[in-house]
Amino acid sequence: MDYKAIGLKAGIEIHQQLDTAHKLFCNCPTRVRAVDEHNGEFRRYLRATESEMGEIDRAAEEEMKQARFFTYYAYDTTCLVENDDEPPAPLNQEALDLGLTIAKLFGMTPIPQVHIMRKLVIDGSNTSGFQRTGLVAIDGTLPNGGSIESLCLEEEAAQRVEGPIFSLDRLGIPLVEITTSPCMHTPDEVAEVAAYIGMVLRSTGQVKRGIGTIRQDINISIPEGARVEIKGVQELDLIAEVVRCEVQRQQQLLWIRDTLIERNASIDPVVEDVTALFKQTDSSILKKAKVILAIRLFGFGGLVGHEIQPGRRLGSELSDYAKKCGVGGIFHTDELPAYGVTAEEKAALIERMKAGEQDAVVLVAADKKKATCAVRQVIKRAEMAFLGVPEETRKMLEEGSSAYMRPLPGAARMYPETDVLPVPITAETWDQVCIPELLSSRAERFHRDLDLDAGLARQIAFSERLPLFEQAVDEGLKPTLSARTLLSTLKELSRDGVAIDRIGDDQVLAVLHAIEDGKAAKEAIGDLLRALAGGTSLDSALKALGPSISKDELAGIVSRIVGERKEFVAERGMGALGPLMGIVMEQVRGSVDGKVVSALLREELKRQG
Amino acid sequence: MRVLKLDSGYNIGVPPASCQMLEPATSIEQPEQILVDQDRSLPHLSIVSTGGTIASKIDYRTGAVTSQFTAAELMRAIPGLGSIGQYRTVQLASILSENMTPSLWQELARAIYQEIKDGAEGVIVTHGTDTMAYSAAAVSFMLKTPVPVVFVGSQRSADRPSSDNLMNGLCSARAAVSDLGEVAVVMHQTSSDDFCAIHRATRVRKMHTSRRDAFQSIGSSPIGTIAYPSLEVNLTADAVRRQPIEPELADRLEERCGLLQFVPGLSPDILAAYDGYRGLVLSGTGLGHVSTTWFRQLGSMIEDGTTIVMTSQCLSGRVCDRVYDTGRDLLKIGVVEGGTLLPEVALVKLMWVLGQEKDEEKARMMMTMDLRGEAPGRSAHGL
Repeated sequence: MDYKAIGLKAGIEIHQQLDTAHKLFCNCPTRVRAVDEHNGEFRRYLRATESEMGEIDRAAEEEMKQARFFTYYAYDTTCLVENDDEPPAPLNQEALDLGLTIAKLFGMTPIPQVHIMRKLVIDGSNTSGFQRTGLVAIDGTLPNGGSIESLCLEEEAAQRVEGPIFSLDRLGIPLVEITTSPCMHTPDEVAEVAAYIGMVLRSTGQVKRGIGTIRQDINISIPEGARVEIKGVQELDLIAEVVRCEVQRQQQLLWIRDTLIERNASIDPVVEDVTALFKQTDSSILKKAKVILAIRLFGFGGLVGHEIQPGRRLGSELSDYAKKCGVGGIFHTDELPAYGVTAEEKAALIERMKAGEQDAVVLVAADKKKATCAVRQVIKRAEMAFLGVPEETRKMLEEGSSAYMRPLPGAARMYPETDVLPVPITAETWDQVCIPELLSSRAERFHRDLDLDAGLARQIAFSERLPLFEQAVDEGLKPTLSARTLLSTLKELSRDGVAIDRIGDDQVLAVLHAIEDGKAAKEAIGDLLRALAGGTSLDSALKALGPSISKDELAGIVSRIVGERKEFVAERGMGALGPLMGIVMEQVRGSVDGKVVSALLREELKRQG
Repeated sequence: MRVLKLDSGYNIGVPPASCQMLEPATSIEQPEQILVDQDRSLPHLSIVSTGGTIASKIDYRTGAVTSQFTAAELMRAIPGLGSIGQYRTVQLASILSENMTPSLWQELARAIYQEIKDGAEGVIVTHGTDTMAYSAAAVSFMLKTPVPVVFVGSQRSADRPSSDNLMNGLCSARAAVSDLGEVAVVMHQTSSDDFCAIHRATRVRKMHTSRRDAFQSIGSSPIGTIAYPSLEVNLTADAVRRQPIEPELADRLEERCGLLQFVPGLSPDILAAYDGYRGLVLSGTGLGHVSTTWFRQLGSMIEDGTTIVMTSQCLSGRVCDRVYDTGRDLLKIGVVEGGTLLPEVALVKLMWVLGQEKDEEKARMMMTMDLRGEAPGRSAHGL
C-alpha cells in the first residue's frame, strides 16, 4: 500500500520512565514492588470537577459513566504524597536535569520557567484525580527531517492491579514525555522514529529498562479520517502493524460512511423493549437479563458486521461504546444467529422490529438503567458512522488492532499545580548540560577503536550492561571477550536457570581478570560464573577447576586421546580436531587455554594421522 | 517572568521582554445565575460560611480557583445536598482560617444564634481547617443550642477530583438534620472515603498537617459516625440530643488571654510579655509542670489578678499537680489545674469564662467544671 499517496499522517508520543533515585514530587524511591508486599490500603471516590463555565471536560465526563470507587495499595516505599494526603515536594532536580539532557540531545529549546500543571485523570490511576506535568522544552529535530514539538516531565500513574484496585509503587516515577509533530508518513517510518527516540533516551544511561518502562502513544490520521490516538504500545515491533491496522480501520469506516449515505441510511430513535421475545431463549446472556432493548439502524444491514480491522467490526465499535455503561456487550443481527440465539428468534426479532433486508437491529441486555444507557451509547456511535471516523483515544489489542477507550482529551483538562513553585531554567543551567555520546555513535566507536565486529559492537552498546563493558575495557580487559561474556555467556547461563542476578558486577570483572592473568582458561568463564552464582568465592571456584597442568602433562593427555581414537582420526583427518577438542577440554576442566590445546592437537593429528 | 498559557493547556514562564501584545484580553462572560429548586418538604438548614472552601470551581484557562457560596452554587458543586435539606446561606466572612480572630468567633456565634432563632433546624459552618477546632470550641461555649451546629471543611482543595469536600459536605448536612443537639466538627474519620467522624467541638484537635483524617477526638471517642455513601448517622449514647429549648447566646469574651508553651530553658522573663493579661494558659510538661524558676513571676501575676491555668503539652491525659512537689508548689501559688482540658480549648474557655464572670474565684471554679463536655470526669481512653 502506498501510504504517502493515501496521505497518512502520524505522530508519536513517547513516555519513558527515568531511573532517578527519587520520584518526581516526593522522596520515595522509584522502585516497583510485588503487589503482595503492600502494607496498607485505602479507598477513595473520584469525581469530575466543574470548570468556570460549568462544563465538565468531555474525557472526564465519559469516565464518570463508570464506577469511580477505587482501592489503593500502599507500601513501605510509598508515602502520603502518593496517598494524596500530603502536598507534593518541589520538582525533583535530578529528573529535571535529565530532562534537559534529553532536550539538548534533540536540539530543543528550553522553557525559561517551567510551570507544573494538573492534568485531570479520573480513571483512578492518579490518587489526586490529576497527573502533574510540566513543559520543559520545545522544538527539537529528528533525523527524518521531522520535528519534536515538546518535551514534558510528568508523573507516572499508579499501576492497575485488577479492576478498580491500583498499586501506588509506580505512581510518581518521573516520566519524560516526548511528542513529535505529525511528521511520519509510512508505518515503517513511525517505527524507525520511535526506535531512534528510544535509542537517544537510552544514551543517557539513566532511563528505566524493561517491560512497561517505555510506552508509545501513536496519533494517526488519513485525509477525511480523523486524529485517533492509540495508547500504550509497549513493543517497538508492533508499531508499524498498529499503524497499518489503523489506516485500514479508517479506510473501512470511510467506506461504511459512503455506503450509509448511498443507502440513505438512518437511525430509528425509538427504543423497543423486546424482553418478551426471548422468554424461551437458550442464550444464557439474554435469559438472565432483566431487560432486553432493541434499536433499528436503517440501512446498516451487513455494515455492522463488516470487518474494519483484523478481528474487529463496526459492531465491535458500537459494543465498546455500550460497555462504558457497564454492559458486557451487544448483539446485532449481522452476527445472528449465534451465541445461543436461534434463527427463529432472529426472524421474530426482525419481524417485531419491522426491519428490512438492508437494516440492522442491535440488542442490549442488562438491567434497565444500564441497558438504557448502553442503547444511548450505541445510537451515539452509530450516528458517528455517518461522519466517518470519530476522534478518539483507543487502546491497542494484541494483534495490532485497537479498541475504543474514551474521547480525545481537550486542553480543557489542564490547570496549574499551585503546590509546586515554578522552576527557572537559566542560560547558565542550560549551558552546563552535558550531552552523552549517542549509543549509535558508541557502537561505531567500539567497532572502529576496539576491533569488535559491527554486530557485537552494536549489541553491547545498546545493552543494559554497557557501563560494565566500558569499565572492563577501562581496566584493560579484552573487549571481545568482555562483550561476549556480558552478552552471550551470561544469557546462556540465565537460560540454563542460573541465578545470574546474584553475580555482582565486580565479580564478573574479577573472573575476566583471572582469565587475563592466566589463572584459568576462557573456556572456564561459564563454570566460574555458575559457581559464583551459587555463592562460591572466586578463589574456591578457581581451585575447583582442574589443577594446573604443565605443558608436558598436556602433551601426554593430547597424545593419549588421539592415540585411543586412531580409527576416528584416520577417517576424519584434520576434521577430527573439533570433536577431539571437546574431549580434551573436558579432561583439563578449563585449566588450559583452548588455543594452546588446539595448537597441540593440531600437531598431534599431523603426527599420528 | 510572564506566564503564558499555550494552546496545549501548558503554562510557561517567559521574560517580559519577549512578549508582544497581539490582542487585548476579552472580558469573560459571567456565567448565568443558576437557579436550583429547593425541596420545600425537607428540613431547613443554614450554611454559614467563613471562607472555608467547601465548594470551588476552576477556570482551566486561567487556572484560577474560585469559591462559591450561594445555596444554588453549593448545591450544584455538592450534588446530593439538595436531597438532604433546603438551604439558606449566610456569608459571614471570606478569610483564610489562620486569620480568624476572637471577634469573628463572636460574630459567628451571633449569626448562628440568629439562624436558629429564624427556624434553622440545623446549622453548617464551613470553615478553614487550620483553626476550625478553636472556632468550634468558642461557639460551643458562647451558644447553647437546641439543634446541631456542624463545622466542616476540607483538607484537599475542592478543585481536585479527590477532594474530601463532597463527602465531608454531605456528611455535615446529614449530621445537621440528625438528632444531634450540640456543636460538632464533622470530617473524615480515616484516610479512606468510608466514614466521617462527628467530634465534640471541645474535644477535637487537628492532629495532622495534611491528612484527610487530621481531626481527632483527644482523650475521648467521637460522638458519632456517618457512613459514606449511605450517609447513615450513628450517634453514641454520649452525644447530646436535640432538645426543645430556646437557643441562648452568651457572647462576651475576654480577649486579653494567652497560651504559652513551656520549653526547657525558657526564661521566666517571657511572662513579662503577658503583663496586663487577664488570663494565661500554660501548656506545661507531663502532669502539668513548669520550671521552678517560674514560680516567683507566676505568683506575682496571680496576685495581680491574672488567672493562670495549667494544661499539658502531652495533650492526652489529665493534669494532676498533686503528685510531685513542683505541682504542689504550683497549686500553692494559685495556678488552676486544667484537668483534661486541651490547651487550645482551655484558652478559648478562659476567654469566655473571664468574659462572663468578673469574680476571680468563681471564674477559677468554672475553669475546673465541665460545661460543654470539654472536661470529662473520667479518662476512658488512652492515646
